[in-house]
This record gives sequence, structure tokens and C-alpha cells, in this order.
Amino acid sequence: MPDTQNWWSTIAPAAPEMYLATVICVILLIDVFAGGSRRPRLTGTLTLIALAVGAWVTLEYGSVGGRTPLFGGLYIADPLALVLKLSALLYVAVALLYSRPALARRGTGGEYHVLALTALLGIYVLASAGNLLSLYIGVELLALSLYAMIAFDRESPVSAEAAMKYFVLGSIASGMLLYGISLVYGLTGTLALDEVALRLTAEPSLGMVAGVAFVVVAIAFKFGAVPFHMWVPDVYHGAPTTVTLFLSTAPKFAYFALAYRLLSQGLDGISPTWTQMLAIIGVLSLIVGNVFAIAQANLKRMLAYSAIANVGFILLGFTTGTAAGYSAALYYTIVYVLATLGAFGVILLASRRGFEADELEDYKGLQARDPMLALWMMMMMFSTAGVPPFVGFWAKLAIFEALWQVGAVWLIVIGALAAVVGAFYYIRVVKLMYFDDAPSAPRGEASGALRLVLGVNALATLALGVVPASLFDLCKAVLG
Amino acid sequence: MLVMILFYAFSAVLIAAALGVITTRNPVYSALCLVLAFFTSACIWILIEAEFLAIVLVLVYVGAVMVLFLFVVMMLDINVEELRSGFTRYAWLGWLTAFVVILELVGVLAARRLGVDATQGTVPVPADYSNTHELGTVLYTQYVYAFELAAVLLLVAIVAAIALTMRRRQGLKVQDISAQVAVRREDRVRLVRIEPEKRP
Repeated sequence: MPDTQNWWSTIAPAAPEMYLATVICVILLIDVFAGGSRRPRLTGTLTLIALAVGAWVTLEYGSVGGRTPLFGGLYIADPLALVLKLSALLYVAVALLYSRPALARRGTGGEYHVLALTALLGIYVLASAGNLLSLYIGVELLALSLYAMIAFDRESPVSAEAAMKYFVLGSIASGMLLYGISLVYGLTGTLALDEVALRLTAEPSLGMVAGVAFVVVAIAFKFGAVPFHMWVPDVYHGAPTTVTLFLSTAPKFAYFALAYRLLSQGLDGISPTWTQMLAIIGVLSLIVGNVFAIAQANLKRMLAYSAIANVGFILLGFTTGTAAGYSAALYYTIVYVLATLGAFGVILLASRRGFEADELEDYKGLQARDPMLALWMMMMMFSTAGVPPFVGFWAKLAIFEALWQVGAVWLIVIGALAAVVGAFYYIRVVKLMYFDDAPSAPRGEASGALRLVLGVNALATLALGVVPASLFDLCKAVLG
Repeated sequence: MLVMILFYAFSAVLIAAALGVITTRNPVYSALCLVLAFFTSACIWILIEAEFLAIVLVLVYVGAVMVLFLFVVMMLDINVEELRSGFTRYAWLGWLTAFVVILELVGVLAARRLGVDATQGTVPVPADYSNTHELGTVLYTQYVYAFELAAVLLLVAIVAAIALTMRRRQGLKVQDISAQVAVRREDRVRLVRIEPEKRP
């Protein structure tokens, strides 16, 4: 029937979302009837298979030449969305892979995987949002899944506290976002981001500035940037490490999409208002994140402050208001999340039943006990610190280059100083692993296959650092 | 004429029910009065041909929200005295709110006199016009993407709620009826011969 084909071709680019929504329902049902307590690992395996198929569906249907609006502009398919979706999918899959032993040890139910998939769907929706309505639904879909995942370990009061904090502060952030959206909608009369961009006046009214301020606050909340960072250390520390790993990786792409779609596309016409706000937030994040990270004795908390500091770099990329800045920010996000994924992966693989390797003390003399794991951890730390030839160096350089082009020298100076301070605590981890005496801590019980994946993850930071051009050119191309 | 009579009848019930909500001392009666208030509001909405909204009000608020509310009120042992203790302290806030609400009502009622006609430019709908149909058309065509995603959002909420609250606890004391019925005397009673104690 030609009519059916015609109808399908109008919605085909949204096939990844449809596929994910369908697969969520199917896996949920299989988990209820065939998995659950009887076959605890079944849902996890199915989820990984579903993600592998999902990668194909995303690549097959999501790759469109240019900007293709669907569903009356609620949905935008463009190369940026494709890159964000594929990165998020890859990171979710690897995060779930690293989490497998820990989840099996705790006997976590199959709903965990379903919630991970719904979170991924939220990221997909945000990556393709072309309308304030779909943008908000994407934010909520992601946030609700994350709240539940953090609270998943019901026996632990720390994780319940973390979930409560994240829930309350996240709800406030959602309220802020909604209020900002309502002001933008009220003053432009449209929810479609393209239309918003067209109807902006060159000189923004006071109400519009207030709306932008609320939106920026919400974005900073979601990213965990100073002064809205209070939840980050507690949630990273309190949540089970599997969830911290999830939380600190793929959702960053969603928040990148949120910031880009809303600020750089919708509110591009009044960029001076929000670049100033983002510059202040970015600088504060760099300073607070790096300085507080030095004082941490817990590796998860240290990585939380490191996340705050790195978010500062991403936001600095946005402050330029140029395509070069956005592509540098995207590059930084992909690269930073790659190293974070590996670092939390090391924590998970170094842990075993009844022993959580999350204190810095636990890494003393890791080289003697488990040389391979220590080597991978060292590569992650060097990459995050920005030591050449690792890819983290190029990411920081790209941000500085974009800032240089717009003449923001003082931001470069602060960023460079912050990077130097940051290098201290990353390299301290390496020092603990290689030069301190080993207490007799137990070795992690992870399988060889997972160690291999972690090795690939670590070598990727090196390989992308040696040949940085291809990924960077890709980021430039999709945001060009 | 009939519409007017119905309107005044429903309005009278609505006002009485609303007064009941704030004057009855028992929170359960208060909640039931609120149900009545919602129901009569729905009736008034039907009079102005907003039948979809009316049905949604009954289904969602009366059917779901208020029933849940009643459950909570009945399950919690609310101490009315404790609730009343802050009454005078917060009375000014109540007066302030009431004042603002009255101002807003006056504003709405006086709007037409001040020359603002909210009904300006509206066209009367034809007789076969259906709110439900029109809303459905928009929801399932223009906004189908957002509509389906909202459904997924609800699914996430259900999955999360069940995953976080349902638990099979170890060592739970549960009655096993068949074991209770099948019990024999020998399982429970042990006859012990106790020698009488000798007087010292």
C-alpha cells in the first residue's frame, strides 16, 4: 500500500524513540513473567541486547541529512541529535555492563534495567526536542527514572537520603524550568523553539530576562553547577555506585541537549543575557569544584566535585555563544564522560561482596595487588586532569580555543588555573596507587570480560588523544 | 428557563457544600463535602457545554484524587486540636489570602463594566460540536508525540512506585491456614507429670 509507506516515511526518523518505548514494555512484561527472582540475570541480558539493536535502529533511522521536524515540530531529527543519542546509548550500555556484577551481588530486581531504559528514552526525547513541551517531558522522564534508581537500594539509609535530596532539589529545578518556560511562552506566544527564536526582540524585556534567568538556574541545577551544586556530592556519595555511574555519564548528554536546544537555538537572539549568567556559574563551578575536591577522602565524593568542576568547563564552552564554543562543549562532554565512565567502572570492578572500594585509602598500593586495574585508573585520571597525550587535554584545549576566539581571556586564565589545581587531586590518586604501601585489601572479583571492556574504555581515552581530529571534526560538523 | 433553574439549584448546593468543607469538624465529612462540591461544579460545567472537562473532573478528582484523600484522612490519626493550635497565629495569612481572592473576583466581575470583554471575538459553536471530539483530534494528531510520552511518564511512575515499595520481607509472620487446620494434639500439647513437692 503506497499510502502506508507514505505515512511511515513522515515519522520514520522517530523510530528510535518508538523502538525504545516498545522495548521497555516488552522487557517489563518478560521480567514479570519469566525473569524476576527466578532468572535474575535475564532482564539485564535482554536489556543489553535491546540496546545493541537500539544502536542499529538509531543509526538506521535517526541519520537524516539535515534538520527534519516531525510531529508538527515537537520532534527534531538532526545530526546533533543522532550524535547525542548514540553517545548516550553507548554509555548507558557500558554502564550497565560494568554494573552487572554489583547488581547481581545485591540481587537488584529487573525494574532497575527498565528504569535505565526509560531514562535513556528521556535522553532521546531531550536530544530531539523541538518544542518546549517535549523538552519538559524529556526532562521529567529522565529525572523520574533517576530518582527511582537512586532510591533503589532500600536497605541503605544513605541512599534513601540521597534520593530524597535529589528528588526535592530536582523537583524545585523542574519547577524553575517550568516557570521560565511559562514566561518565555507568555512573552513570545509559542512553544515551538524555532518560533521562539523568530519572535525574540533584540532588546529583551524584563520578563524575558527573568524567564531566561529561571531557565539558566534550572539548567545549572540539572548539570550540578555552582551555586546549585549542593546535591551533587551527597547524591554521588549516597547512591549505590552502579547508579552513580549511570547518573554521572549518560544524563550529561541530556543536559547538554537541554542547554543547547533551549539557549543556543531557542534564545539565541538574546545570547548576551544568558552567556553572562553562564560565565559566572561556570567560573564558580571551576573554583568550588576543584578546591573542594582536594579535601575529599572518599573517591566518589572527589569525583562528584570533579564533575562540578568539569561542568564548569562545559558551561564555559556555552558562554562563547558561537558554534565553535558549542562544538567544543559537546567534545568536552563526550570526552569527560568517557573518563568518568572508566573511573566509576574501576570502583565497581575493584569492589567485591561486602567491600565497596570507594575510599581513597582503598586504592593505596593497588598497583601491587592489581596492576591492570591501576593502569586503567591512571589513564582515566590523566585524561580527566588533561595530561597530554590523553584526550582530556584536547578537550580543554578546544574550550580554551573557542574562548580565545571571542576574546574572553580572563575565562581562559581562570580555567587554566583551575585545571592546574584539579591536576593535583587526580594525580594524588595515581600516587596512592603506585607509590604507597599496600594494605592487605581484597582484590575485586570482576570477570575477565569486564576487565577487557574497561581496558578498551581506557585505551579509547589514549587513542582519541593520539588521533583527536576525527571526533572533534564530527562535533564541529554536527553543530556547524 | 430550565437551565437557569438548574444553574441556581446547582450553585446553591455548591455553595452549601463549599461551606461544609470549611465548617465541619470531622475531616472525613469535610472531604465528602468537597466531593459534593466537585460533583456540582461538574454539573454546572455541563450546563455551559464543557462536557469533557466535567467528566474529567468527576473521573479524576472525585474518582481518584478524593478517594485517595479520604483513604489518607481515614488512615492517619489526625489530631484536630493540634491542627487548630496555630490558627490565630496564621489568621492574618488567611485574611490576606481571602482579601486577594476577593480582589480578583471583583476584578473578574467588573471587567465587563470597565470595557474589557473577554467574550469578544468568540463565535458560538454549532449544535453538533463536541468538545471531546475536538480535544481527541488535537491530542491524537498534533500532540500525539507528547501524549504518548506522557503515557510513558506515567508508566515510569508506576514502575518506580512498585519497585520501591513492594517487598518480600524475610521472617514475616504469616498465617498458614492449612497448617493450622491440620494440626494435631500431639504437636501442640505435651502432658507432663509433675511430682507434688514435698513439704520441707
